[in-house]
Amino acid sequence: MATPSPVISVRNVVNRFGAQTVHDGVSLDVLPGEVLGIVGGSGTGKSVLLRTMLGLHRPVSGEVLVEGRNVCAASEEELLDVKRRYGVTFQHGALFSSLTVAQNIQFPIREYFDASPATLAALTEMRLRMVGLPADAASKLPSQLSGGMIKRAALARALALDPTLLFLDEPTAGLDPISAASFDELVSYLHRGLKLTIVMITHDLDTLLATCNRVAVIIDSKIVVDTLDGIMKNPHPWIQEYFHGPRARAAAASARPAGRK
Amino acid sequence: MARELLEQARTGDALTVRLGGAWRIENIAAIEAALAELPQEGTRRVVIDARSLEALDLSGAWLLRERLASLQSAGGRIEFAGSPPSQFAFLEELTAQELPETALVERRSGWRNPLGWLGRISVQQWHQGIDAIGYLGRIAVTGVRSFRPRHLRVASITRHIYETGIQAIPIVSLIAFLISVIIAYLSAQQLRQFGAEIFTVDLVAIAVLREMGVLLTAIIVAGRSGSAFAAEIGVMRLNDEIDALHSMGVNPFEVLVLPRLIGLLVALPLLTIVADAMGLAGGALLSSLLLDISLTQFIPRLQDALAPTTFWAGLIKAPVFAALIAMVGTYRGMQVRDSSRELGRLTTVAVVESIFLVIFADAVFAIVFVELDF
Repeated sequence: MATPSPVISVRNVVNRFGAQTVHDGVSLDVLPGEVLGIVGGSGTGKSVLLRTMLGLHRPVSGEVLVEGRNVCAASEEELLDVKRRYGVTFQHGALFSSLTVAQNIQFPIREYFDASPATLAALTEMRLRMVGLPADAASKLPSQLSGGMIKRAALARALALDPTLLFLDEPTAGLDPISAASFDELVSYLHRGLKLTIVMITHDLDTLLATCNRVAVIIDSKIVVDTLDGIMKNPHPWIQEYFHGPRARAAAASARPAGRK
Repeated sequence: MARELLEQARTGDALTVRLGGAWRIENIAAIEAALAELPQEGTRRVVIDARSLEALDLSGAWLLRERLASLQSAGGRIEFAGSPPSQFAFLEELTAQELPETALVERRSGWRNPLGWLGRISVQQWHQGIDAIGYLGRIAVTGVRSFRPRHLRVASITRHIYETGIQAIPIVSLIAFLISVIIAYLSAQQLRQFGAEIFTVDLVAIAVLREMGVLLTAIIVAGRSGSAFAAEIGVMRLNDEIDALHSMGVNPFEVLVLPRLIGLLVALPLLTIVADAMGLAGGALLSSLLLDISLTQFIPRLQDALAPTTFWAGLIKAPVFAALIAMVGTYRGMQVRDSSRELGRLTTVAVVESIFLVIFADAVFAIVFVELDF
């Protein structure tokens, strides 16, 4: 099978903060239609890598191609064009706290296109349905929502412009296992239904096992990418510890029968 | 643009709709216009031909689907030439899902119901008043309880004296100096008409010591520190830091409110003395420059003009103003909930209210002093 051309291509990216090298020549391809999970210990630069891919952070050297365009060297307008093609959810939701959920979802649409109020309402309704939020959530402020609902509302906002590419930063962090599992289901469902390409940072092994096709592990400022089964056989001690530690075994035991029915 | 997206051809009571172009959110306005061209009713059969469609995203598909649904409910039958776009299957699945039970949304009556509005405002104000009195009570109780060495946060109080007092010295001095120069200048011009320039000294001294020194200082401090109190405590509320204190069994009033209150109670009278001194210096400078009243004449004149109580009549107000500013600032900060907009609103409220209360209290003082002949 011929490999399709990657949606995102990270090439030899080096990131350094002061004397500390976070990424030392990291290369990574994200293929269309896949769900790629990025894992790594705390402080290994997962979020920096994500921010680099989003064009929010310029690396010291190396380049990031999103749909063939280099976001590290792009002008403001080019970058804007790329930014409109992807949706992002941040770790804590980053919903605008003074706007209602509906206004949050409509914000990017209003910003770029001029749609009538009726259309905006219809599009908002669809997005709320997509992420499984009840219609009365639309008029609520983010502070009136539970943690799980905030994540869903943030996802709805990320989907506002019908992106083909979705970045999720720790989508299930801080959720109870039941909410986390239903969020995983939601991500898988949207991935199937919308044919999205998804890149997610996660610490949650259950999420990794339930949703991801491939896994990228950041170790020693480098990156190791493989399929889930492949990476579990990787002899690196950190990976072995990560995937075969006590927490991992519990997650695998509970995820496998459910995932393979 | 709309032409390109949608073409319709009518044969009898059947309508053939040919879709083309990019039905994407980028063209949302054009999509709206195109869909509006479809007839509302009177079609028995609608044939959708989506085979030459270049692109369709969910937004476009949803709007199309909604429009078709309304045609269907008006008695039309929807058919697709070829297979329907794949997005429709997803949307079909989406709408088939059971949604969580939705609660009734309560509608707030606005301006349209003035009586209800008035009532709600009154009740709100009533609760607000009770709340404020409760706040005052809590500060008093905490104050009495924590007047023991370990409970009095000396480091924190010192910090607040430094931030609200010492750091405010330059701006307070400058403004006191300039205001007294202005008063001296204007009064000298008026008094000159009667040949009574020497009374400029009396006027400046009394105005600065009794009113201007303390009032201006309080207003500057309300703007500087009242807002800072509200914002600091407000951010701590947004970050749940207040709840964290509660959970450790630490009284936030003791840690946050009392040090600010005590700090300002110390700082504001001291600042007032600085302002008084600078005000008199301004008066002296202008008198010597403009009125040829040298410092050796100015000082004895000053001593004659002032009753022993004049200075204290000003200074005694400073702790009262300090208490008002500190309490309003911290009170409003504690009220911040939920959003960054609240933080901004309540900080503004804190400054406006504390300035208002300072001036109101000053008016009360003026009346009481006159009655007491102080």
